[in-house]
Amino acid sequence: MATTTAVGKTPVAVPDDGHKHKKNALSDGQGRLAWLLLAPTLLIILVMAGIPVVMSIRESFFANTSKPDPNTGLIKQGESFVGFQNFSQIFKGQNQVQGSWGTIDRFWNAFFNTTAITIVCVILETILGIAMALIMAKAFRGRGVVRAGILVPWAIPTIVSALMWKLIFDEAGVMNKILGAHILWLADTGASFWAIIIADTWKTAPFIGLLTLAGLQTIPAEVYEAAKVDGATAWKTFLRITLPMVKPTLVVAVLFRTLDTLRMFDLPYGMIGPGKYRVETLSVFSYQEAVAVRYGSAAAYSIILFIYVLLVASLFVKVLGADVIGDSAPKKSKKKKKDQEAETAQVPALEQVGGAH
Amino acid sequence: MATAAAALPTETHTSTDEVAQLAHPKPSRKVLAGMILSYVGMALIVLYCILPFYWMVVSSLRLPTMGRSTQFIPNPVSFLNFQAVFKPGNNFGRSLINSIIVSGTTTILTLLIGIVAAYALARLTFRGKGMVLWIIMACSMFPLITLIVPLLKMFSSTAPFTWFPYWINTYQAVILPYLSFGLPLAVWNLTAFFRQLPVELEQAAMVDGCTPGQAFRKVIIPLAAPGVFTTAIIVFIGAWNEFLIALTFLQEPNKQTATVAISKFTGTTGFDTPYGTIMAAGVIVTVPLLIAVLLFQRRIVAGLTAGGVK
Repeated sequence: MATTTAVGKTPVAVPDDGHKHKKNALSDGQGRLAWLLLAPTLLIILVMAGIPVVMSIRESFFANTSKPDPNTGLIKQGESFVGFQNFSQIFKGQNQVQGSWGTIDRFWNAFFNTTAITIVCVILETILGIAMALIMAKAFRGRGVVRAGILVPWAIPTIVSALMWKLIFDEAGVMNKILGAHILWLADTGASFWAIIIADTWKTAPFIGLLTLAGLQTIPAEVYEAAKVDGATAWKTFLRITLPMVKPTLVVAVLFRTLDTLRMFDLPYGMIGPGKYRVETLSVFSYQEAVAVRYGSAAAYSIILFIYVLLVASLFVKVLGADVIGDSAPKKSKKKKKDQEAETAQVPALEQVGGAH
Repeated sequence: MATAAAALPTETHTSTDEVAQLAHPKPSRKVLAGMILSYVGMALIVLYCILPFYWMVVSSLRLPTMGRSTQFIPNPVSFLNFQAVFKPGNNFGRSLINSIIVSGTTTILTLLIGIVAAYALARLTFRGKGMVLWIIMACSMFPLITLIVPLLKMFSSTAPFTWFPYWINTYQAVILPYLSFGLPLAVWNLTAFFRQLPVELEQAAMVDGCTPGQAFRKVIIPLAAPGVFTTAIIVFIGAWNEFLIALTFLQEPNKQTATVAISKFTGTTGFDTPYGTIMAAGVIVTVPLLIAVLLFQRRIVAGLTAGGVK
C-alpha cells in the first residue's frame, strides 16, 4: 500500500517539469521509457478499439445504397451519407414488431428487452451472490469445494451454457418435467424472457458471490464482536456493518455485471435464437442488421448501446461512488478525493463502531 | 477456533468452565446449528452450480437417439455421442486446434505486451498515467458489437479500407480484436500484482548494480510469476470462450473455433437438434477449462478479485 500511494502521489507533486525533480531513484526521468513500454498496448487499443469506434460513428451516418444498376443488371455497391437518418428512423416506427412490450419499433423492443433483462438479472444475481458470499464466509471447512463448484458456471463458455440451457428448457426437457408443466420456453414467448434470466443468473451469480466474499474477508472480526457486545441483531449487523463495508467491492462487481449484461449476445443468440423479439437484445439486433448488410443502422444501434453503457457506468461512478480505477488518478484527484476519503475513512470508522459506546 | 475450544471437554474444573462460559456467552449448540446451516447452504450452492452442468454431462452419455431423454442417470451409458462429435462433417477436431492456436497466441501476446505496460504503470512515474489508466479502463467497457461493422469492413478490405489485406478466415482477424479485451484485463491484473511487491526489492538490486530493467527481469518477474500465471489462465479462458467475433470473422468451417463449431452443429435430418452430440462437444470444450480451474482455483479467484478489491 505504501508503494501505491508513493507512486501515485508523485505526479501530483510534479505536474509540469517531471524530468527535473529528483524524487525517486526509480522514477527519475523515466517518462520516455514508460511511454515506450506502454506503446504496444496503446497502439493495439488504438487500432483495434479506438479507430473502429470512430469508424463505427462515421458508419452510423451512412446507409447502404446498393441496388441493381438499371443498365447492367449488376449490383452496384455503394453507401451514401444520410446524416442522422439511422438514428431518427427509430422514432418513426417503420419497423414494428410484436414483443413483450406490445407492437413497437424493433429498436425500442430490443432496448427495453436489454434494460429489463439487465435490471432483473443484476438484482437477482446480487441477492444470490451476497447470500452465497455470506454462507461461504461462515464456513469453517469445505470452502475450497464450494469455490471450485462456484467456478464451474464461470468457466463454461457462454455459448455452451446457452445450448445446455436450451436442452434443459426444451419442450420435452427436464425443466418442464420437474415443474410438471408444459411451458414453451424456447418459442419466443414470455417464458423465453425468464429462461434467459435463469440461465444468466446461474452463470454469473457465483461470480458476484466470489467478489463479495473477497470483500467480506477484509472486514475485521473485531467489528462484529463489537456489534455483538452492543447487542445488535444479526439483521442489524448485516445492514449496518456488512453491507456498508462490503459496498465498495460490491458496487464494482455489480457495475461490471451490469455492463456485461447490457452487452449480452451469446445467450439469447444461442439459446432462443436470432430474430426472436421477446429476447432480442441490442447486441443481437445490431448483429442481425449487420448480417442483413445494413451496416449504417447496425453501427448506429451499436453506438447507442455504447452511449447507454457509458451513461450507466458514469451513473454508477457518480451515484454509487464506484471506484473503478482503484488508484489515485492524478488528474481526477479532486473528484476522487471524496472516494478516497470514504475508503480511508474505513479504518477510523472501525474505531468509531467499536468505541462509540 | 472458539467452537473447537468450547466443544472440547478438557477439564472438569469449575473455574475453567466458568471462564469458558464467560468467554463464550453463546451456547455451543447454537454455534453448531449455525455450522450445520452453513454446510447445508454450501451444499445448496454447490448443487446450484453443478446440477445444470451435470445435466450436460449426463445428456452427452446417452445414446444419440435419446437426446431429449429426461432420465437422471443415462441408461445405457454410451459414448457414441463423443464419437459422433468427431465425424468429419462436423470439423470439430479441426476447430479445437483452431481454438488452441487462437487462444494460445492471444494469451502469449497479451502477456508479452501487458507485462511491460503493467511495469510502466506500477513502477515508473510519468505524466499522463491517470489518462492511460482511464483509456485502458474505458477499453474494457465498450460493447464488442461496436467493433463488428468497422472490423468487418477493415478485414474484408471494402471501402474505405481497400488498402487493408483481406483477413476474413484468418487467425489474426480474431487474435487482434481479442488483444483489445485481453490487454486491459491483463494490464489491470498485472499492475495490481506488481504493486504488491515492495519497490525496495528492486532498489536493493539496483544498489547491487542492476539497471532498472535488469532489476525488473531478475527480481520482480520471478516473484510475480503467480500473478502472471493467473492472468494467463483468465485471458486464455476469455479467448477460448469468445463467440461473437469468432462467429463474424471465421466463416470457413476449417477455420472456425470450437465455440462457433458447436453453435453450427446440425442433425442428420436437419430438423432435429442433435442435443447428444452438442452436449458431448460442450463437455469436450469445457472439461480442459474445468481441470485448469480446479487445479488453480485459489489463484484464479485471487486474479478475478484483484480488479474489484484493493
